[in-house]
Amino acid sequence: MLYKILEVYARPDFPEKLRQHVLLSLVALLVAIAIAMPVALMIRNSRLGALIAINIGNIGRAVPSLAILALALPFFGIGFGSALVALTALAIPPILINASTGLREVDKGVIDAARGMGLSGGQILARIQLPIAAPVIFAGIRTSAVQTVASATLATFIGGGGLGDLIVEGYSRRGPEILLAGALAVAILAIITEIGFGVLERAFTPKGLKIAQKRRK
Amino acid sequence: MSNPALLLLQDLTGGTELVDWEWLGENFWEDILPALQGHIFLSSISVAIALIIALPVGILSARYRKAYPPVTFVTGILYSIPSLALFAILISIPGVAIGPSPVIIALVAYSLLILIRNTVAGLDSVPPETKDAARGMGLTDRQILFRVELPLALPIIVAGIRIATVTIIGIATIGAYINGGGLGTLIFDGIQRQFPTMIIAGAVLATAMAIVADLLLLALERYLRPWARVRRT
Repeated sequence: MLYKILEVYARPDFPEKLRQHVLLSLVALLVAIAIAMPVALMIRNSRLGALIAINIGNIGRAVPSLAILALALPFFGIGFGSALVALTALAIPPILINASTGLREVDKGVIDAARGMGLSGGQILARIQLPIAAPVIFAGIRTSAVQTVASATLATFIGGGGLGDLIVEGYSRRGPEILLAGALAVAILAIITEIGFGVLERAFTPKGLKIAQKRRK
Repeated sequence: MSNPALLLLQDLTGGTELVDWEWLGENFWEDILPALQGHIFLSSISVAIALIIALPVGILSARYRKAYPPVTFVTGILYSIPSLALFAILISIPGVAIGPSPVIIALVAYSLLILIRNTVAGLDSVPPETKDAARGMGLTDRQILFRVELPLALPIIVAGIRIATVTIIGIATIGAYINGGGLGTLIFDGIQRQFPTMIIAGAVLATAMAIVADLLLLALERYLRPWARVRRT
């Protein structure tokens, strides 16, 4: 069985499926960051804005990922682009919620102290708010990334390609080795994403915060 | 049909209307209601089974701290495996037939991390002084667990049930691919037949179900936490 699975990975179309999967996930994640981060920055000082963002994010979480992908079908048709739009929509809520709460939860006293030291609004954002909120923001990006890699598997149902193609092929043709090969590839990709972004998250935690976290323990 | 947005929608869908109300009316009893019932069944039985596993594991992990990291590691890995892949792996196991069982197994697996984590967090949140006071009153360890720790931890455990339920309702739609039933059947049939009405019916009902479950469990969470009735935010 193992040999048969490895044979699937040696197929000429495997690298293409893997490439599609990574491309779908990566582009969706980047576009989602490019949309969610400016919105989070804009509403960082507004209570109402934060409330709206969090509620939109929560409703977004309640919509099943399969539903969002399937709904892209009547509007954008079959294909890679359609899947990309749906995956981007799915990737936004976790980033928006975390960035918005992360920025808002920065201690008001710290911001006051920075203002007292003569820092401008922009400087406070760049040197105080963003570094302190960075771990929370990255946790959101990590959640979103893992979820996007998982949902990209479903792109196959609307002709978006990716590793899900192998699962569908194996399932409909009753080829257990193709089914397992696709499933294992997707699972490994998701776990790598989870671990990789965890490392990134730690790397972006400012030294001072790490010390503070340790002290609290 | 004078609404320009609706006309645009019609255009995008190639002339057919996005929602065929007639179809919805005709097929409510035959297709839609059973799918909804199936979905409620899949989600509730999965959360129930997951709780039966997660509560003891969580209580033990809170007691024997060394067991906690490996438990979160294993359940964390399960949690990060994409659902379609997990379904595929499960049905590859000899003896596991397609249908609701592999779907329920996968949904249980996904709930474990959230439920165990919240059980431990809930038990951790009980102040040591409270436990000391209980012990001083002559309660045994078992009595402390059932009469003091668990009731105090319950709101956080219910918060975990809430997150798990919403997550599971979403993932359960994908289970229809391996004949698990539920609202996903409407979505997959809709894709197959290029019939947006079915996709929308499945999507709207699954979302509504997730929101209703979320609100109900939130109400339960508040009810179980009478000491925090005063709203903080």
